Amino acid sequence: MIDITNRNLKKTDVIFGECGHKDSGKLPILETIIKKEADEIIDEIIESGLKGRGGAGFPTGLKWKFCSMNPVSEKYVVCNADEGEPGTFKDRDILLKVPEKVFAGMAICGHVIGAKEGYLYLRGEYLFMVPKLNAILTWFNAKIKDLGYDFAISIRRGSGAYVCGEETALIESMEGKRGESRNKPPYPVAEGFRNKPTVINNVETFVDVAMIQKYGVECFKKLGTQDSRGSKVFSISGDTLKPGVYELEMGMKLSDFVDEFGDGDTKAVQVGGASGFCVPRKHFAETIIGFEGIPTGGSMMLFNSSRSMYNVLLNYLEFFADESCGQCTPCRVGCQQLVKGIEAVKSGKKDADYLNVLLKLTDAMKTTSKCGLGQSVANPCSSIIGNFVEEMIY
Amino acid sequence: MNTQIKLTIDNIKVSVDYGTTILNAAKSLNIKIPTLCYHPDLCIAGNCRVCVVEQEGSRNLIAACATPAAEGMVIHTNSLRVRTARKAMLELLLSEHNSECTTCYKNTDCELQSLSAEYKITKNQLIDLVPYHHYTIDNYSPSIIKDDSKCIRCQRCVRTCEELQSVSALSVAYRGEKMKISTFAEKPMFDVICTNCGQCVNRCPVGALVENNYLDDVWEAIYNPNKHVVVQTAPAVRIALGEDLGIDHGTIVTGKMVAALKKLGFDAVLDTDFSADLTIMEEGTELLTRLKKTLVDKDPSVKLPMMTSCSPGWIKFLEHQFPQLLPNLSTCKSPQQMFGALAKTYYPKKKGINPADIVSVSIMPCTAKKFEANRPEMRSSGYQDVDYVLTTRELAVMIKQAGLDFNILEEEKFDTIMGDSTGAAVIFGASGGVMEAALRTAYEIVTGREVPFENLNILPVRGMDGVKEVDVKIEGTLPEWSFLEGATLKTAIAHGLVNAKKVMQLVASGEAAYHFIEIMACPGGCLGGGGQPIPTNPEIRMKRNKAIYEEDSGMVLRKSHDNPEVAAVYKEYLGAPNSHLAHELLHTHYTDRKKTEK
Amino acid sequence: MTEEFLFVKKLVDKHGTHREVLMPILQTVIEEKRFLSEVMMNEIALQLDISPAQVYGTATFYTFLDVENRGKYVIRICKSIIAEMKGKKEIQKALENRLKIKMGETTPDNMFTLLETNDIGWSDEEPSMLINEMPYTNLTPEKVISIINELQQN
Repeated sequence: MIDITNRNLKKTDVIFGECGHKDSGKLPILETIIKKEADEIIDEIIESGLKGRGGAGFPTGLKWKFCSMNPVSEKYVVCNADEGEPGTFKDRDILLKVPEKVFAGMAICGHVIGAKEGYLYLRGEYLFMVPKLNAILTWFNAKIKDLGYDFAISIRRGSGAYVCGEETALIESMEGKRGESRNKPPYPVAEGFRNKPTVINNVETFVDVAMIQKYGVECFKKLGTQDSRGSKVFSISGDTLKPGVYELEMGMKLSDFVDEFGDGDTKAVQVGGASGFCVPRKHFAETIIGFEGIPTGGSMMLFNSSRSMYNVLLNYLEFFADESCGQCTPCRVGCQQLVKGIEAVKSGKKDADYLNVLLKLTDAMKTTSKCGLGQSVANPCSSIIGNFVEEMIY
Repeated sequence: MNTQIKLTIDNIKVSVDYGTTILNAAKSLNIKIPTLCYHPDLCIAGNCRVCVVEQEGSRNLIAACATPAAEGMVIHTNSLRVRTARKAMLELLLSEHNSECTTCYKNTDCELQSLSAEYKITKNQLIDLVPYHHYTIDNYSPSIIKDDSKCIRCQRCVRTCEELQSVSALSVAYRGEKMKISTFAEKPMFDVICTNCGQCVNRCPVGALVENNYLDDVWEAIYNPNKHVVVQTAPAVRIALGEDLGIDHGTIVTGKMVAALKKLGFDAVLDTDFSADLTIMEEGTELLTRLKKTLVDKDPSVKLPMMTSCSPGWIKFLEHQFPQLLPNLSTCKSPQQMFGALAKTYYPKKKGINPADIVSVSIMPCTAKKFEANRPEMRSSGYQDVDYVLTTRELAVMIKQAGLDFNILEEEKFDTIMGDSTGAAVIFGASGGVMEAALRTAYEIVTGREVPFENLNILPVRGMDGVKEVDVKIEGTLPEWSFLEGATLKTAIAHGLVNAKKVMQLVASGEAAYHFIEIMACPGGCLGGGGQPIPTNPEIRMKRNKAIYEEDSGMVLRKSHDNPEVAAVYKEYLGAPNSHLAHELLHTHYTDRKKTEK
Repeated sequence: MTEEFLFVKKLVDKHGTHREVLMPILQTVIEEKRFLSEVMMNEIALQLDISPAQVYGTATFYTFLDVENRGKYVIRICKSIIAEMKGKKEIQKALENRLKIKMGETTPDNMFTLLETNDIGWSDEEPSMLINEMPYTNLTPEKVISIINELQQN
């Protein structure tokens, strides 16, 4: 991994650090964990301040607590490895480099909520990893069985559908159906996979849990800020000389980030993937990357001044129009309207005022869409149109 | 857990049962929240987003149909945010919708149109997306037309086909902008496992699924001086037709309907109820014969349980899904087709008309009847036995087109010689009705006595339970039927194909030991048919059901074998039930469609 | 006993007939046959006791569960914005010229199908593509041509 030079950025090694491996024959930390009381683990995770690493940032400990309190005996752990957000690839590296830690996190979760089965829902694009992951799982499952712990993990695969990263759509897909998100409530912690209480967390979240258990809450809390505890794995791409996966402390300033990764001509950074926010150069200094500023699942796409932000937005919107599950009106039709709308403005078929109609439309999509996909289309739209309006018109 | 939830809707405090949705909580306060994808017969989809309301403290609006009321909720159903969002939803739907309203079959009967009118969507600034979609129209089926350009993707049809009918001929396909309601591999409805039941048509809020209508053909026949146009009316039409003509649900309008048909210019207004009685004679005899052949003669080629064959949606369902059970189906044609065969043989012979000049029209609560009339085996008279099938809705359209004030029409009586009926025929329109009618007659044939139920009302077979099981003990048989002495006739009744499937699985696996099964494809039986007035829902079905049994109990004759015109047709033409000629005209055979997928 | 019957039967014997197994079954068909034929979908529907339309509806939801004929090697070029910035167009042109087909088409010998797809998770190494399940990254026009040459020799 390439070194970091900016002194304000803190490179960490929580996620990728050595900690139990199939080759060494040693399980990451599980021997001690399964002797701990479920409540104790939950309290520690709550205390750590860990929030989900998929992007939405729900407090992990709370999610596990809700699920563990559910009196239903059949429960499931699901690891969301449907990393489909454009510009995101950090789960790929985590699964390639430290899959044992992911599985350990899942096993801890199973112990806490009382589940016997865990599933790794792996996006179809990562099919090439399956043989290796399965080999590790065979070893892992046998190993925890030796510990006398009744829990086993298997892989369920996606087949190319971004919306399946939405947890209820993911469940539908696991049940052999179209990946259409469900009405909430009920949430998966109450009725998830097979309508049983289910905890679904991101790949990185499970690793964080395992690491909190290994190194302790205080160690984790030392990293990051009040609202954004811990480190975060970033997927860095676009106009940068060193694209790749980096583990950095939460709560950094975007200007520090651009100093480190930009090519000297950075015009904008798209934080959080296509569904995230576009930050223009003038706001770099005041933007914090974290839950107090702009949260992100880890995608950071850099654009220099040679890039057309119209092309960027059009690419994102075409992506959403294709990847919307299509069931709810605002998302299905709204995405098509946005694509056609910005094309019409650019080509002069509609005048510039039409952009306001589109912005109002994104407002409606945000408040009425059934799931996060449609709700978040407004983010890139308002932030790109708002900051680069001339590029939309001329 | 609290059984009562207290919340506030539009500043009114209300207490509702745990689990009640915001939509229904509002309804209890007479606050109407608009909906499109919601239907009381179906599970909640929550996808049209037209019913969104504002919950204080919540960043996003919430779908009233899909959100259960929670303690302390404060809901606004008509705030500025809500109105703006709702208008946006309608504008979005309209931008994807072929809004050629004035030339649409559902013009003025469209829920999207009504909501657009209500919200005064007068200037939709959004881009018309219709030219970008390659919408297709499927009009190969004689029953149903599917026009994707009108579809708003509410998925009511998909849920209907799956939840009520367990057919799933329609499914959601593709995703995003390409998402559509599709058959298997986008084949025509005619070429897939669709039963033509029309329940989807009955629930489509727009003009995407409509019946294939034959209005102009029928008008043309009526105005052709060389044609003698006979019309038959199914039992369930008379208790629902009024709904489309401004009359309350569950009102019996038999006399007015007959008067209207005469005014429309039909040459003879006859009754499917006549052939329903005839069906009982044929089917009752067939049942007794099958019982004898299996119980006494031990003939392995004769199958029990025998299953009714009146409902063409059910027939096609079985042909596709359980072809191995086709030998269990009664060989009797449906009342419509029995009538059709006689209308071009017995009727013209008696009336001295050339059968070639007869146009046979039927008014049915059903879209599958349109398919049935077009089946190649339904040409026993040498002609197509039934030329045109109109739904209850189409008849209402004709009455409106003719400018008749239905409400003030003087009641009239059916014409002879195929217009008489009994109460047993009327109840064919309700689930359990065929069973009840058959039992009234068969029991009497076997014992010489009336069925042992007060006033002939076999209450256990009635009602809206999906599957009903009724045992009838046979005692005091006539000598001829002594092999049935002391036997218990085990029967089952199911309506809605999802329930039919459950019963068929039991029969196919051999777990159920029934003798006789009545199946109706549609929920509630024909009264809830796909061709009935829209809306049809549980409440409305109950009212129609009540009307049917009222009509039955008000009739002088209540047993099919008492129908004098039925007696006459046997005496003068057919000979006896299940005679050679009866078999030729009134019975049929079925097709294994599992392999052909048609 | 058609080939499709036996193919599905084997999978059903392994996975069962519950609706949940539809995805693994469809995925296996894709891995071995590259696309889902109508006969195959019908057979799956029959053995899982669901409707053919439901199989079709589920398959068409997912990008990789193709219901149209596909070649032995299905090439999916990533079309994300980063891929575009890093030269996706040149890769596409090189492949189109080399294979003498346009996007969406299959070579007459049924060896290659050329498609686009959304982000495949290699934005740090664009341009990228999948050939069947294998990712190929940091592509150049020269590199893709040699990849094709190699596959043709196999």
